[in-house]
Amino acid sequence: MTAAPQPVSGMQTVLGMLSMPKGLRLGVGPTIAAIVLAIIVIASIAAPLYIPHDPLAIDALHRLKGSSEAYLLGTDAYGRDVFSRVMMGGRVSLFIGVGAAMVSVALGLFIGLVSGFFRAADALVMRIMDSLMAIPSILLAIALVALNGPSLWSVISAITIPEIPRVVRLVRSVVLSVREEPYVEAAIALGSSMPKILWQHLMPNTLAPLIVQGTYICASAILVEAILSFLGAGVSTEIPTWGNIMAEGRLYFQIKPMLIFWPGLMLSLCILSINLLGDTARDLLDPRLKKREA
Amino acid sequence: MEFKSRDFAGAPTLLSIENLSVRLAGNRDARPILDDVSLTIRSGETACLVGESGSGKSVTSLATMGLLPKGVLEVSGGRIVLQDKNLLDLGPQAMRDMRASHLSMVFQEPMTALNPVIRVGAQIEEVLDAHVRLPKHEKRRRVLDILDQVHLPEVERIYASYPHQLSGGQRQRIMIAMALILEPQLLIADEPTTALDVTTQKQILSLIAELQEKHGTAVLFITHDMGVVAEIADTVHVMKHGRIVEQASSGDLLRTPREDYTRSLLRAVPSLVPRPPRADAGSEPVLQVEGLMKYYGRGGWFVSREPTKAARDVSFAISRGRTLGIVGESGSGKSTVARCIMRLIDPTDGSIKVGDTEISTLSRQKLRPHRRHIQIVFQDPFRSLNPRWTIGQSLMEGPLNFGQARGEAMARARELLALVGLPEDAIDRYPHQFSGGQRQRIAIARAIAMEPDVLVADEAVSALDVSVQAQVLDLLDELQRKLGIAILFITHDLRVAAQICDEVVVMQKGRIVEHDTAANVLGNPRNAYTRSLIEAAPGRGWDFANFRALPSASVEKTDLQVPTE
Repeated sequence: MTAAPQPVSGMQTVLGMLSMPKGLRLGVGPTIAAIVLAIIVIASIAAPLYIPHDPLAIDALHRLKGSSEAYLLGTDAYGRDVFSRVMMGGRVSLFIGVGAAMVSVALGLFIGLVSGFFRAADALVMRIMDSLMAIPSILLAIALVALNGPSLWSVISAITIPEIPRVVRLVRSVVLSVREEPYVEAAIALGSSMPKILWQHLMPNTLAPLIVQGTYICASAILVEAILSFLGAGVSTEIPTWGNIMAEGRLYFQIKPMLIFWPGLMLSLCILSINLLGDTARDLLDPRLKKREA
Repeated sequence: MEFKSRDFAGAPTLLSIENLSVRLAGNRDARPILDDVSLTIRSGETACLVGESGSGKSVTSLATMGLLPKGVLEVSGGRIVLQDKNLLDLGPQAMRDMRASHLSMVFQEPMTALNPVIRVGAQIEEVLDAHVRLPKHEKRRRVLDILDQVHLPEVERIYASYPHQLSGGQRQRIMIAMALILEPQLLIADEPTTALDVTTQKQILSLIAELQEKHGTAVLFITHDMGVVAEIADTVHVMKHGRIVEQASSGDLLRTPREDYTRSLLRAVPSLVPRPPRADAGSEPVLQVEGLMKYYGRGGWFVSREPTKAARDVSFAISRGRTLGIVGESGSGKSTVARCIMRLIDPTDGSIKVGDTEISTLSRQKLRPHRRHIQIVFQDPFRSLNPRWTIGQSLMEGPLNFGQARGEAMARARELLALVGLPEDAIDRYPHQFSGGQRQRIAIARAIAMEPDVLVADEAVSALDVSVQAQVLDLLDELQRKLGIAILFITHDLRVAAQICDEVVVMQKGRIVEHDTAANVLGNPRNAYTRSLIEAAPGRGWDFANFRALPSASVEKTDLQVPTE
């Protein structure tokens, strides 16, 4: 006989969900988006290896210069290399985006599973989530940063907290409909423990919408970070991020618009591709939402 | 030729479907969905299209209505002629004009066929608006008139009601009113009574017959139930795998079926004749239910309202190797009782004893060790297995919870598959690779894996075709003989209960109204409600398995009994 099938773990289910059908065609748009995003991500991660200048090094003699051999994209008001800053800035922006997405999805998944399955917890948890949703996210972020100082983690938590209720609602709605399925009731009758039912029967059903939601959170986190930095409430100004660079560049917008253009371009490309890939993931994972082809 | 209502030999042909073929759109190689289907319907006739699921009955009706899903199915040949007009040649606009005025359709599920956010009166008027120009008061008059014709009470109130405010039977009457308001010559009814209770089904069938008589409408009635066929059909067309295998007048088909397939279909029809009584071993009951109550919606801290009493003072007991049936219509509380016994919901009051253990008051945690003694099989085979799990994983879930080693559980899973008649390689496959009947076998195997004392079968065969239904019933019977389990068999269908149960409990509105041996309940019912259920069972005038009508005396016998309460 063939080998017995291995026990199914949550992780295997995740991997199983992610394995795409063979001969998958992404289409032109998503393929371009995937390539653009891959280039941005690799270039940002590898930035320390190739950038010509220390992104914080000040060259007082070359302030607000155009592109030259030494400074590929010119210099900013302090004479720092814009190219090096934009590439290094990408690292921080992407880290914040991915970090915020992962933290809010993980927390939201846990809270959502529990509140969807246990009636008693549900009422309380959802009221807390409702009140969280009532707080404008930018205001909350400014307050948090004001309280804890402008660090990477306070920015990530400032972005994460308002996103959690959205994830919780999503997970909860899936759990509420799936928990009525006879196979879940059969699992109860078979004596499966609550954690087992939650993780093995209910959780896999939430993955498809969660992956999609995760990409949107990632994109919006990168954007919110930029907004916070732009408002001066973000990561400390010593760390270059796309938002920081644009915030500093805005003073010299009249003289040198390119200071805003380059980080802005990276930001837009990045968010555009993430959103496009998110839509593609949704179509693949949940074909019902896909538009009927004529 | 023996027709049900009258002789149609000389009646003019209304609809003729000639060599109709339908296939998957854009796929020339696949087996056609409909293969060379030909049938004719004469004016005023009731033609029944019978077959098991997937035989192409509904596709035939959708093709006739011009409602085949675009881009999925397409007609690849043949003609559908309604009064000298080939419907397949008509454009979308011309076809729209034909619908409702010349031919119309009633669907299976009236809840989803009606728009939940529009009042039913307005929905019927919409049909009028699409075809005729009438002043407002005239439209209203016609709608009220048709509502009256389908015997709805308080037509003014119904006119202004939303679908959810009506019962299933009333909604189906609305659908019929909508279909018949323009007096089409042909009514296509696609399993219109399958979702309804038997007593409601009887009313709807007689309503269709009455309106047909009045308006001279021909009816193409699609059903899987030979009992319904026996009640209403003039001619019968038996379908299998997209072909028509036999066509005959109803009397001829039921008495002298020519094809083996028709014969096997007829043999599988459950009859109301109870199984021969089995000796009760007289052992201690394995499941004892005493004064079970379940109330819903008693209000919260701030509201007090009259609770819905889903189960009231329900008591019964089953001993080893016996089968007890709970029979009732929707809302009778039979499933509530099953779910209370399984502790999927908590009973409001009463005692449930499995063996010697009182389980109604145990906490969830304390209950878990006792779960293995009582297992359940659900109605819907498509939802009762986790679609992401292999069959092996599903079968092992229970034993692993109770500490069995993986290898051992795996070996046991293989044995179980053999026991329920499935190939061994099924173990690595996924639920979507199996048919409904096979999945129900798997669900039974999963329950049996726990070696339970009691198996609760909650409408376990209701979603299956009759032939598969008979096989699953046989399987349950065989397992019971081998393993000695007690079965609590919950069903809405008295005919099915008669096949398998030793004792029958009849429930109505949460109460037990009759509890006796199957022979007594079916042969000598004491309660008026039980009698009405038996009377409404379709096709009870026929002994399908032996291809003969029952002498009317034995049919009427139950009606003559004097009620004792």
